[in-house]
Amino acid sequence: MNTLVALVIAAPLVSAAVGVLLRSRPVLRDSVIGLGLGAAAGSSIALLVGVIRDGTVIVRVGGWHPELGIVLVADLLAALMLPWALTIIFVVELYAIGQRRTAWGSNPELSGPLLAVLTAGLALAFLTGDLFTLFVSFEIILVSSYVMLTHQGRRGQIRAGMTYVVMNLFVSTLFLFGVAFVYASTGTVNLALLAQRISELPDTIRLGIGAWFFVVFGTKAAVFPLFSWLPDAYPTAPTSITAVFAGLLTKVGIYALIRFHTVTGMSDLGPLFLTVAGVTMVIGAIGALAQSKVKRILSFHIISQIGYMLMGLGFFSVAGIGGAIFFLLHHMPVKTVLFLVGGLIENEQRSGSLDNSGGLARRAPYVAALFAVPALSLAGIPPFSGFVAKLAVVSAGVEQASGAVVAAALVAGFLTVLSMNKIWMGVFWGERPNDTEPIPTAAGNRWLMRGSTTIAVVATMAIAASAGALLDLSEQAAVDLMNPAVYIAEVLS
Amino acid sequence: MSLSLLIAIGGLTAAGVYLVTSRSLSRVILGFSLLGHATVLALLVAGGPPGEPPIGGGDVANPLPQALALTAIVIAFGLTLFLLALAARQQNLTGDDLVEDDIEDRRIRNTTDAGDRHDRLEDDERDVLPDGSDPGEEPAVA
Repeated sequence: MNTLVALVIAAPLVSAAVGVLLRSRPVLRDSVIGLGLGAAAGSSIALLVGVIRDGTVIVRVGGWHPELGIVLVADLLAALMLPWALTIIFVVELYAIGQRRTAWGSNPELSGPLLAVLTAGLALAFLTGDLFTLFVSFEIILVSSYVMLTHQGRRGQIRAGMTYVVMNLFVSTLFLFGVAFVYASTGTVNLALLAQRISELPDTIRLGIGAWFFVVFGTKAAVFPLFSWLPDAYPTAPTSITAVFAGLLTKVGIYALIRFHTVTGMSDLGPLFLTVAGVTMVIGAIGALAQSKVKRILSFHIISQIGYMLMGLGFFSVAGIGGAIFFLLHHMPVKTVLFLVGGLIENEQRSGSLDNSGGLARRAPYVAALFAVPALSLAGIPPFSGFVAKLAVVSAGVEQASGAVVAAALVAGFLTVLSMNKIWMGVFWGERPNDTEPIPTAAGNRWLMRGSTTIAVVATMAIAASAGALLDLSEQAAVDLMNPAVYIAEVLS
Repeated sequence: MSLSLLIAIGGLTAAGVYLVTSRSLSRVILGFSLLGHATVLALLVAGGPPGEPPIGGGDVANPLPQALALTAIVIAFGLTLFLLALAARQQNLTGDDLVEDDIEDRRIRNTTDAGDRHDRLEDDERDVLPDGSDPGEEPAVA
């Protein structure tokens, strides 16, 4: 089992290094990257099976005691996240291979290895057991995302990239200050030791640390009012890259929030979380309604959906956190697929703007079908997974009698349906405004692009089909999280 | 905990934050250098009092925060270089290194009455290229 944990992180890193060396041999390079990503995804699935069967796996890197060295902790929460995240990245890499040589494709000799580095960072972020390694893994993820966003050097990308980089760099600085505060007040950065010692601190310092890290992880997750960088930056990158960012990067922020604030027992911050969550949901959904480009509407949906996950965490109950974890599992593939379809739309009609598109349902019915399934799922229409996820979070809210935030969730859900409708009416129905112009033919490897999107759509339906089992696992993970003594004992034993 | 170190951290952070809020990317880069120094000092202060040299026994200083600080320095170093490259690219494209507004936001603001009154006249000409195309839009393939 220890080898699997190491392999999840090391396989993509090694393939990235080899991939950079092979930049002049495209087929070989793509195979190496694909092999690395595939190996990581495969080992993460094996790891999940192992963790469900035998319990948490602890790896002490170099054999050091947790006080001094790095520990990797594959508990149920981490093991649940990994297979989804890594499989999605693998599918997106297939899509990226199909999309290159089109106007919206990425430069293959850079984006393949970078995606692999980002994968390693993601795996490390999920598995790490201490705050400083979490900082390092965030930096690995962010640095590769900076380069992926700006590597083509187009004007819009550089403009959006500057805001994105400055914003994230500033938050990384805050993160580092937070690490210093934690070390100064408790003498450790290991999460288990921190959980043991933080209860001895005076309430003001303890809650100050909690609020500080809420700002840090909240900005990464794009909660209100710290989200403005997201809808600006994401749509400018090539589709395959935006899809990974949209599906996974903000979720790492939510994962870190769930991990840090449960292990340190910050339930006093619950009301703050719920207020921010309610505002985030509604503002994100209203923002989506105002937009006129497919990818920008989808970017605002990310913000809105982040609110639901934060709401689940804000209850600090097993039902709430279990709902939030299931929401994460549902949202990662669904959001990625929607952006992949957004790329297909752009590829079919050479524009992602609602103003000069229409009638795609007749010309490309298959793309319309690929859009409809995840769109209905995101909006929370039964029988798709989004319905189960929203139901889990909302019913946790009803249990706690938090009327205001539940009402905000329902309003935001309604607005989401409206804005999805806007895309559907604008892109798939009606007529193209300038119908006299010949419709340009689609470029790229359509077979590979549509095929990989189809795999992802089927995966989202598989989540809906196995929702009961997944929800049980999420709740079991939530039970472990609500009882940090278990985590502490496992890491320090 | 030494008071002079704390004052240094506060001063560096204040100056850094002031520079980071600037529109010019080269000032932002300087600001991040100052902030980077502030975080390294904060990590060192967090490690407790200074100790004896590690050779010859005695009470040595806590090595862990120093390891953390070294990692932070390396990361800050790489990112400064990346930001400089970004500033150079922006200078190639636009002739300066200013951080620009979100074009799409501005367009949506202009569709409202309030936007009409206040902003349409001030709209920067650089938002639209000479051939009338929008630089935020991806180029069409020939």
